Amino acid sequence: MKVEEKLALDAFKTDKESHITINQEICRAKCKEKNCIVVCPGHLYSYNEENNEMVVEFAGCLECGTCKIACPEGAITWVYPKGDFGVQYRYG
Amino acid sequence: MDKIDVVIVGAGLSGLACAYKLAESDMQVIVVERGDFPGSKNVSGGRLYTLPIRAMVGDMLKDAPFERKIVRERWSLLGDGNSVEVDLTSEKFRKEDHSFSILRATFDRWLADRLMEKGVFVIPKYRVDDLLWEQGMVAGVKAGQEEIYAHVVVAADGVLSFMGEKAGLKPKMFPHNYALGIKEIIELPQEKIDDRFNVESGEGVAHLFLGDVTKGLFGGGFLYTNKKSVSLGIVVGIKALMESKQNIEAHALMDMFKERYELKTLIRDGNLSEYSAHVIPEGGFGGISKLYGNGIILTGDAAGFALNMGVTVRGMEFAIASGIMAAETIIQAKEASDFSEKSLASYEKKLKETFVLKDLETCKTMPAFLDNESFFNFYPKCFPDLLEKVMWFDQMPKEGIGKTAWAHLKSSGMLNWKRLMELYRIKNL
Repeated sequence: MKVEEKLALDAFKTDKESHITINQEICRAKCKEKNCIVVCPGHLYSYNEENNEMVVEFAGCLECGTCKIACPEGAITWVYPKGDFGVQYRYG
Repeated sequence: MDKIDVVIVGAGLSGLACAYKLAESDMQVIVVERGDFPGSKNVSGGRLYTLPIRAMVGDMLKDAPFERKIVRERWSLLGDGNSVEVDLTSEKFRKEDHSFSILRATFDRWLADRLMEKGVFVIPKYRVDDLLWEQGMVAGVKAGQEEIYAHVVVAADGVLSFMGEKAGLKPKMFPHNYALGIKEIIELPQEKIDDRFNVESGEGVAHLFLGDVTKGLFGGGFLYTNKKSVSLGIVVGIKALMESKQNIEAHALMDMFKERYELKTLIRDGNLSEYSAHVIPEGGFGGISKLYGNGIILTGDAAGFALNMGVTVRGMEFAIASGIMAAETIIQAKEASDFSEKSLASYEKKLKETFVLKDLETCKTMPAFLDNESFFNFYPKCFPDLLEKVMWFDQMPKEGIGKTAWAHLKSSGMLNWKRLMELYRIKNL
């Protein structure tokens, strides 16, 4: 099963605003590794070569926090989604 | 400004245990939780060891919704296309309430309901944004325009502890101190679980996997049986993932693990019903935060209370115990009307008298010891390969078993200086 299909099994309440903000300047100028792409268990990060920017599909975020720790340049600002939003685990 | 006694950030196990004890002493407590209900943002393996906390919890866990009593402990070394499994069964484990599998969305919610019956407010859908300060003391929490003033804030807000960070108590989060856990809930009929895992009704298995599950990276796999599902997952070091040259995405490791013959046969016809992930503290004793400050105490994962002992992983009973010790500290602080750092320092003393800091200190060399490819690559290949050779019979005449074993141990490198030193260093663990 694809990871997108797995995410579709989870209950999400999606905010209009993203709880993850990316400083594109840092991604462009300093980051070669792009760890966020490898570490994200939801496969939510991808690099848009055309626009030269990092994209994150925040709506599928499992709120694990790994990308925040794995971004050595500090390009990712990550906070919890507001109350009443984000993933709601039914088993946990 | 009117103050309540305590505001607890996070309705996980440490926060709820803390509130439970405080409520027994008639303290005014509010617990705030960002999820829709307690447990809805939690991810755990999960197994809870109940004996370490039995004396301190009182009646808190009476009639708790445990999934299964763990009576079998299994460990597997996964090689390339082969594996070896050790399976411990014990009448002692069966007779005693030693450890239980749990699901947090059920368990935490149940505990929060018990608290509500005791008159404690547990407010869901409430994300705390910041701490309130008064003359260098933490004086409460802020969420949007709302403010809750309290004598003490308990930061029970999990491994990422934004409150601990804002209070300046939490060390910078370095990748080597944390791992990523990914978990799937796979539903299976109750009887099928009993049969497949060789247990009686109500009994279950805890199974850890090393080796090919993480493609040699720091980490491993886990499986816990629940009543009508299994919790199956992987744990992989964040630093290891970042430095890996294989460039395998974390979610793909999970799929490759499930594709293994050993796993396929266990979860066949199962229904995948939830996919979750969370960061896990792996720093052990060296990764612990400063535990208290003026008007604030850190508990559970927020404090870094998790212990990877190689053969098992513990966290939830540490969370509960630390929540209870925090409550006892706060009750004394209230009697003395002193919520300063100096007054709250007895929290650490109390933890040192319990298994929480004792066990973490005993295992303080564990993270460095485990940060060794031997455990994730070499041993998981060496032993299955050896047994494969011993047990293979074909048209060729068979070499003596001892000779076969010796030759394999020599050629694989098991007997070289590095491995023997590793064996020798076990005495320090």
